[in-house]
This record gives sequence, C-alpha cells and structure tokens, in this order.
Amino acid sequence: MDTALIDWSRAQFALTAMYHWLFVPLTLGLGIIQAIMETLYVKTGEAHWKNTAQFWMKLFGINFAIGVATGLILEFEFGTNWSNYSWFVGDIFGAPLAIEGIVAFFMEATFIAIMYFGWEKVSKRAHLASTWLTIIGATLSALWILIANSWMQYPAGMHFNPDSVRNEMMDFWAVALSPVAMNKFCHTVLSGWVTGATFVIGVSCWYLLKKRHTDFALRSIRVGAVFGLVASVLLLWTGDGSAYQVAQKQPLKLAAMEGLYEGTEGAGLVGVGVLNPNRTSYDGTEEPFLFKIEIPKMLSLLAERESDAFVPGMKDLVEGGYTLKDGSTALSAEEKIAKGRIAIQALADYRKAKEANDEASMLLHRTTLDANFPYFGYGYLKSADELIPPVGMTFYAFHFMVILGGYLILLFVATLLLLRGQKLVGQKWMHYVALWSIPLAYIAGQAGWIVAEVGRQPWAIQDILPTVASVSRLEASAVQTTFFLFLCLFTVLLIAEIRILLKAIQQGPETNDESLTIK
Amino acid sequence: MENSDYLFLQQYWWFLVSLLGGLLVFLLFVQGGQSLLFQIGKTEMQQKMLLNSTGRKWEFTFTTLVTFGGAFFASFPLFYSTSFGGAYWVWMLILLCFVLQAVSYEYQAKKGNLLGKRTYQVFLIINGIAGPLLLGTAVATFFTGAEFVVNKEHLTDLSMPIISQWATPWHGLEAVTNIWNLMLGVAVLCLARVLALLYFINNINDAEIDARCRRHLKKESSAFLIFFLLFLFYLLLTEGFAVDPITQEVYMEPQKYLHNLLEMPWVLGMFLVGVVGVLFGIGKTLFQKGCRQGIWFAGPGTVLTVTSLLLCAGLNHTAYYPSLADLQSSLTIQNSSSSLFTLEVMSYVSILIPFVIAYIFFAWRAIDIRGINRTEMGDEHTHAY
Repeated sequence: MDTALIDWSRAQFALTAMYHWLFVPLTLGLGIIQAIMETLYVKTGEAHWKNTAQFWMKLFGINFAIGVATGLILEFEFGTNWSNYSWFVGDIFGAPLAIEGIVAFFMEATFIAIMYFGWEKVSKRAHLASTWLTIIGATLSALWILIANSWMQYPAGMHFNPDSVRNEMMDFWAVALSPVAMNKFCHTVLSGWVTGATFVIGVSCWYLLKKRHTDFALRSIRVGAVFGLVASVLLLWTGDGSAYQVAQKQPLKLAAMEGLYEGTEGAGLVGVGVLNPNRTSYDGTEEPFLFKIEIPKMLSLLAERESDAFVPGMKDLVEGGYTLKDGSTALSAEEKIAKGRIAIQALADYRKAKEANDEASMLLHRTTLDANFPYFGYGYLKSADELIPPVGMTFYAFHFMVILGGYLILLFVATLLLLRGQKLVGQKWMHYVALWSIPLAYIAGQAGWIVAEVGRQPWAIQDILPTVASVSRLEASAVQTTFFLFLCLFTVLLIAEIRILLKAIQQGPETNDESLTIK
Repeated sequence: MENSDYLFLQQYWWFLVSLLGGLLVFLLFVQGGQSLLFQIGKTEMQQKMLLNSTGRKWEFTFTTLVTFGGAFFASFPLFYSTSFGGAYWVWMLILLCFVLQAVSYEYQAKKGNLLGKRTYQVFLIINGIAGPLLLGTAVATFFTGAEFVVNKEHLTDLSMPIISQWATPWHGLEAVTNIWNLMLGVAVLCLARVLALLYFINNINDAEIDARCRRHLKKESSAFLIFFLLFLFYLLLTEGFAVDPITQEVYMEPQKYLHNLLEMPWVLGMFLVGVVGVLFGIGKTLFQKGCRQGIWFAGPGTVLTVTSLLLCAGLNHTAYYPSLADLQSSLTIQNSSSSLFTLEVMSYVSILIPFVIAYIFFAWRAIDIRGINRTEMGDEHTHAY
C-alpha cells in the first residue's frame, strides 16, 4: 500500500474538515443568537430588535454559504477517498448521513429562504418559526454527522457479516444514543454557541471602539454574553463527559492528550507543559516533559472518577500486562496484531469454505473470526509503533483548547460584570480584548477537532479498521492534485468571505439609535 | 419470508433513490437558469431579477444532491464505495462546480468579494453548464456501464485490502468517450435550460424577460428533444445488462430496457405521463398566449420521466451499475444494498418524506406568492442577491 496515498487522503480530508469547521460553529452559535433577538422583537414589538436580528442574519448568510459548500465535499469524500471504509461500514455509517439529508438539510434549506426573503411575505410569527427552524435544522444536521463521527470513535450496535464482508447494524439506538455520541454532540454544538457568542461580543465591541451603533452594540453584547456564559459553563461540563468517554473507549488518545507515557495510580493532570522533543518513542528512556505544572491526582479523578485509580500510559497500552477493570490482564499490541491477523485469515478461510460449500469448515472459521474480530483492524498494522498517535499535536491541541475554553468563560463573566456596572462603553481595553478573542474561539474549536481526529490515529474505525485499509485505490498524485485544488479554492473563498464580512460590519446595521452618550 | 421482505425493501429504496434522482433533475432548472444569465438578462436589473429568481431555490437543488448521495450511501453502499472512489475525477469535477455555486449567489453582489461580481457570475454559468452536463453523463453510465472491478476477497489481502478498483487510469473521465453518455449529458443540460425558461416565465413579472424567454424556449426545446429522443431510441434498441434471478449472473440481453418498460407497465405509464407532461408544459407555453403555467406540467413531468428511467435501470432483474471491465462485478440492487435491518430502519425514516415535501411546498408558495419584480429588486431594504 502506497503510504503517500494514505497521507494525502488524510491531508485532504483534514483540510476539508478544518475549513468546514471554520464556518459551522458560527452558523450554530449565531443562528441561535439571531433567533433569540427575533423572539425579543416578536415579544416586545420593538423595531430595534428586528434591526439587530437582521444585521446578524446578514453576517449569518455570508458565513452559511461557504459552510454548505465545504460540507458537500466532506460528505462525498467518504466515497471518493475512503471507498473501502464506505463499503466496510456503510451499512451503519450511511444511515445517519441519509437521515441528516432528509431530516435536517431540507429543514435548513427550506426555512432559510423564508428567513431571508419572507419578512414581507409571511406573518411575524411564521417568520420567527422559520428562523428557529433554520437553526434547529442546522443543529439536527450537526447531531447526525456527530453520531456518525462518534460511531467511528466507538463502534457500537453492529456485527461483522462474513458473507457480505462488512459490518452491519444490529441496534440503531445503540448507534444513535451511544454515550460518546451524546457527549460529542453536546460538546461540539456548545463550542459553536461559544464561538457565536464571542463573535457577537467581539464585533459589537468594535462598534463601541468606533463609537458607532452603541445601543445596537450593547443590546447584542447583552444577549451574546449571557448566552456565551451559559454555553461555556455547559461546555466545561460536556468536555468532562467527553474526556471521560475518551478515557474509557480510546485510552491511547487520552494518554497522547496528556503526554502520559507510563501509567500510574493517582495520575496528575498536566495544566501547562512543554514536551521533550527528544522523546520520540513510547518506550524511550528520555523524560517526557521539559517542564510541566501538574494538578495532583486530577487525571485519575477525571478519567476514572477515582483519585487513586490507575491510568495507563502509552507504554502500558502497547506492552499490555496491566490489570483491567474487569480483572483480566491487558493484551499487548503484538498480541492484538496477532489476533487481528487470525481474524483476517479466518475470514479468508471462511470465504474459501463457503465457495467449496464446506459447512463444517465454515462454522469453524466463523467461530475463529468471531472470537478475534474485536482486534480485526490490528491485523492490518505492521508494528506496534503505528498505534501511537502524533503525541505533540494531540497534547498541545488539547491544552490549547482547555486553556482557551477557560479564558472564554472569563471573557463572558468580565463582559457581563462591566455591562452590569454600565462601564463597558468606556473600557477601550475590553473592546480590544473582546475583538481579539474572536480568533481565539476559532482556534479552540479547531484544536478540539485536532484532538478528536489526530488523537485517534491510526484508526478510521476504532480497533476495527485502520486508515491504511480504508482508502480508495487511487494514484497518490490524483489526491495530491485535488488537495491543492481545494486548498487554493477554499483559501480564496475564505479570504473573500472575511472581506465581505468586514465590509458588512463596517457598513453596520440599519439602526438610527446613536443615542447613548459616550463618557 | 425474510428474503421477500428484503427484496421489497431493496426495491423500495431503489424507488426512493430514483425519485430523488428525478427531483434532482427537475431542480437543475436552477443550473439551467444560471447558464442563461447573460442570454436572457441584458441589463443589470434583468440579471438581478434572474439571479434572485433561481437564487431563492439553489439550496433545494444542493440539498437534493446531498440527500441523493446520502440515500445512496445508506441504501446501496457498494455503489457509493465503487463509483465515488473509482470515477474520482468525474465526481470531483461535479463537486467542484457545485462548490462554486454555493458561494456565488451570496457573494456576487457583496462589497469586498475579492474576485468581482462578474467572476462569481461566471462561476454560476460554469456550474449551470457543467453541473447538468456532468451529472447527465454520469447517470448515463447506469445504462452504458463503467470500468470497475469489485472483489471482496481483497479485504483479506494485507498488502492491498481494497475491494473496488477502477480499471482505467482516467478514473471516470473515459465516460465522455462514449457518445451516448454525452448525449444524455447534453439532453439533461438542455432540459435544465427549458425548465429554467418555464420557471422564469412563471416567476418573474417582467415583459422583456418574458418575451425573451419565450423566444429562447423554441430553440432550447428543439435541442432538448433532439438529444433526448436520440438517447431514448438508443436506450430502447440497445442491449442491456440483465441479471439471472436464480444465479445472479449478469448477462447481456438485447433490448433489455425496452423489455423492462413493457414488463413493468406502471413504469411505462409513469414514463409516458412524464414525457407528455414535459411536452404539454412546453407546448402550452409556446402556443397559448400569456400562458405562465408551463412549469407546473413540465416540472412534475420531468420528475416522473427521470424516476421511471432510473427504475428501468435497476428493477426487473437489471444491473443498475454495469461493469465493462468485469461483467460479474456489475452492481445490482441485491448485491450492493445495505442489510435488511438498515433498510428497515431507513424505511421508518422515509415516512418523514411526505412531511418534508409538504413543508417545502408551503414554503415555496410563500416565497413565490408574488413574483420577482423591479420594485422589489429596487428596494434596498429587501434582502436580495
């Protein structure tokens, strides 16, 4: 297998996903905020709420279009670049995607037209319903795609069928309502809400800085800050839930997130740290960190809900031999690879026996296959080293995400306190801080996805299918070409989007309320 | 009993995929309208009216394309895996030209759009021409075949565990070397333009645009009829990819698609009603002065015609995605579908489809209740493209 093909396929998918996630969070967050504003307009009848909602809708529309464009590519790339994956798990993975189209996309696409073009054509309440249905559609879309993504991290509710040579769904609700999926959905959508709130506060503070549209800005900040604070506190809670699920289902990812090479009881959580670049192997002898500040026992508490619990490190997970929670002894990676190869060989033997119509052999090989199937994907790996995800990228992305998440909570609290004391208008430093917090919210979101996706390498489906066995059989040069094509196209469109947004922000809302005196 | 349930669900999902295909081709009127931007719109105001007419519908086409892909993935994953991963360049070109569309409506008239208004309008024209042409050409391979091999045993080959393989280095581009594929591609493009003209006549209150659309309708309809009828005659007379219901062996059968229509009278009926609907919509608009309802006949007619052709490709023991490289690798609704359980689950979800269609209908009516006019386009406070 051409490793260049795998690397370029990964790069192209990562590129598309990262660009897509530049636009989706704002859609999710701003969508709710503008719906709240329009609700206030309908409830109070005050026209300034309508103007406020309409301004944010204008920005929403600019951002929405490019999110749709990148989302289209992402869905089809499962087929174009990961064709083997599409067959091997398409029976399960395809369903959420189809449901997303039928249930969510059409709702979004239908009601967004009324949201933009229906102000004079439908009643106030029908318009408000359309605005809410647009964002509900967008959120449902997130739900189904995140269910699909979570299933890749924690494959549940399925079995392998050697006759069709694929995994087949057995329990829809186990797929749709898995704890990984629920946590991931809440955490991801809330991160979008936080991005939306930060965007609204940041842009509004720019108006305060420029002493323009002050009433509009304060109204927007009030909604944005309350919404952002609620969302960010919930984000913290769901983040804990997500990390707990990672600890249970993907312990190697957790170990990479924390730079934990050797497991220990009462493991501490690294608050801040610098990894030792000389430590390149899971079984190296170098110190893992050049510097770190650790919160004692916190990792054990968060990962296992017990402050003295054992948290395995990368070395333990590769070499095995430690005691699992059920009392059994953990297998080493080599043992798992051997079992994986037994499963793959049993599948080959089963197919041959079936062709020969040898039922006794079929039963025998089927039994061997079933017993070893949990390690099926390991059979495609050449060595245990391949199991270790890129530690540096995962570690730093995780810590950036957590630190920025904490910072954004402080931002919302500070904004609300200044707002309450009617001091926000005069605090220029705060306007700059809020404005420059916008990119930080985006960085936090991107970092979160890097943790989720880079941290789970080499797996396309955890334990079942590595990326090496998931790709389409293409020339690496073909994928390389489309990678650069998308890179150029998305970059140009991103620059265009940012410029249009900036122009629209400079132009400002259509409000006449410049009434507040600047002190 | 289980087998008959399974077959029923496979056929049901092939019907739904075919219906989505029919709806997609109808909604390509948006692309058709884009391709006519400078031919029908001679002034900036007229171009704005045209863009706002189709611009309020582009997301339906886009969403239908995505749902078509999603439904295919869920119900016939082997097609998704084989065609998308194999005919790489064709699908990538289709995706690229739809990406251009997604941003162009929103960005073209906005200040600071980097590339200038005219560039985005050219993007819309590229999508308007290439979208229908490529989709039509790709769909034609359902009848003419494609160059792939499927071998599930490869999954146990540790050095190359990929089950689907494309047999040419062109990865789908070779489809354009088949004249009949191109013929259907051009027919779909012409149909999209015909539907767009009918939609403009219905949706835009402007005498100049109306007159110009009617003039163009004659030419576009003639071109559509020529290419469509040529492809249709070829389809009915050519040999098709039949499947032995007992052994599942694929073999060539003379006039297979003609036999399919004759052996499935309800599909034939649907096809004839559809064709008559399209022709009636065109004819009524051309020959009845002031008629603006053509799209109401031609639109549903298109859905019925395309749906019935796709049904013809997959039902009645036919391989819907034939392999030219290895006949026995051809995909049928039996050998490429999801499991019984998944199809059942998805069928419960499909109960929602009538509700979706109903709210789309009401929303569409709400938006189109007053046609596009110069007053609305001139109002700076109205959201417009």
